[in-house]
Order: sequence, then structure tokens, then C-alpha cells
Amino acid sequence: MELKPPAPPPVRLTAAGQKRLHDHAQAGYPAEVVGVLAGDRASGDVRRVHPLRNERSDRPDDRYEVSGMTLYRAEQQLIAEGMDILGYYHSHPDHPADYSAFDRDHALPDMSYIIVSVRQGAAVDTKSWRLTEDRGAMTPEPLILLPDPLPDPE
Amino acid sequence: MPCPVSIALPTALRSFAGGASSVSVDADTAGAAIDALLDQHPGLKKHLRAEDGKLRTFINVYLGEDDIRHLQREQTPLKAGDQLLIVPSIAGGRA
Repeated sequence: MELKPPAPPPVRLTAAGQKRLHDHAQAGYPAEVVGVLAGDRASGDVRRVHPLRNERSDRPDDRYEVSGMTLYRAEQQLIAEGMDILGYYHSHPDHPADYSAFDRDHALPDMSYIIVSVRQGAAVDTKSWRLTEDRGAMTPEPLILLPDPLPDPE
Repeated sequence: MPCPVSIALPTALRSFAGGASSVSVDADTAGAAIDALLDQHPGLKKHLRAEDGKLRTFINVYLGEDDIRHLQREQTPLKAGDQLLIVPSIAGGRA
């Protein structure tokens, strides 16, 4: 049985990054919003909060989806700019920042999933989650805030 | 007749394949290629296939520009040198 390398470290957000994430979540309220977190996989530093379009126009209040090729193209652009894909974020309008069974069932391994709780249009809580190895749950991971701005990558 | 093809992996799945971004297998269909990938790297199985053995709904497999769901699904024939691309979609929501 091959050994899996250790999981990447938890993501670290600057205040500006967190604001961008909250601004997106608040602007999209009462719909769910979604985006990519890109940056440096070794440190977990998020250097880009990249909004995507929620394609679930049938029920945007409690679902989000981004199709494979749309996500792939967005990620390839971020990778071409020298970044790694660290995870994804989405919002829970008028709902806690806890993961749902639906979130867990659709989660990818080794990725951080940040959930922003938006109440009455205001971001009130932000948590980060990661899928367990057996896909049975998501575990909370610390959401580390960094001084702003980050130094340029070398 | 199985022939050499490659399967490109997204970032999320690479650690289950020793960090590789692409894996070479011998296969004559897309499904056989995925099974060969899982034989080499069994840790990938639970993330690619659901308990019923089908590809998880958020796992898309492309041959060139085409999703194999729009071709012959896992029976999609492959020829030497083809490259499959595993492209997850992302989905979730509060409910």
C-alpha cells in the first residue's frame, strides 16, 4: 500500500483576502457564492481569492455548483500565474458556517473548504473545513489570518 | 487491445498517486484506464468511484474536449497516445 504524503497545511488568509471573500459573499446574498482559493501550497498562504459564478440558477439560495471545464480553465489560469490550488469557498445564506452532508458528499480531498455564514446580508462567521480520508466527515481546520499585505512570492 | 494512454490528475488527487500530475496506463477504454489507474493507486478509488462503482457525480473524465458522458461513457474506446483528463466539478450548499 503506497503511503500518502501528509496533508497540506491549513490555509492562511490576509485581512484583505478575507475581506474580498466576505464582500463576495455579501454581494451575492441571498444566493450562495463560490470561488477558488489559490496561493502557495507549502505554506497555505492564500494569494488570490478568485470568484466564480454559481451555476445553480434553479436553487441558488442553498446550492452552488461550478462545472468541471469552467473550474478547470479558471484553475489553469491561476496555475499559469504561478499559484497552487488550495481550496474553495462558498457562502451559507442565513445558515451557520458548518458543512452540510451535501458539502461533504461533494468535497475533494486535500482541499480547504471555507464557508462564510451570511445573516441578513452581513458575513458573521467564517470557518474552514477539510474532508477526512474516509470521506465520512469534514474536520474544522484553523483559519489563520496573516498580516496584510503579503510579501511578493520569490 | 490495451494501448498506452495517460490520465492527467487534478491537484486534489495527486497526493494519492505519489504526487504525479499524470499517470500512464495500458487500456482500450476509458473505464479500463480508470480501473488501471485505481489498480496502481488504490487510495484514489473512494474519491473517484461511489459505493456502487460508478464515477462520482462530481468526477468528470474528458477525452480531448469531450466529456466521456457525451461519448460512450466508460466504454469510450481509446487509442495509443490518448490523454484522459480527470476534471472535478465543485458543488455543495447549506441544505
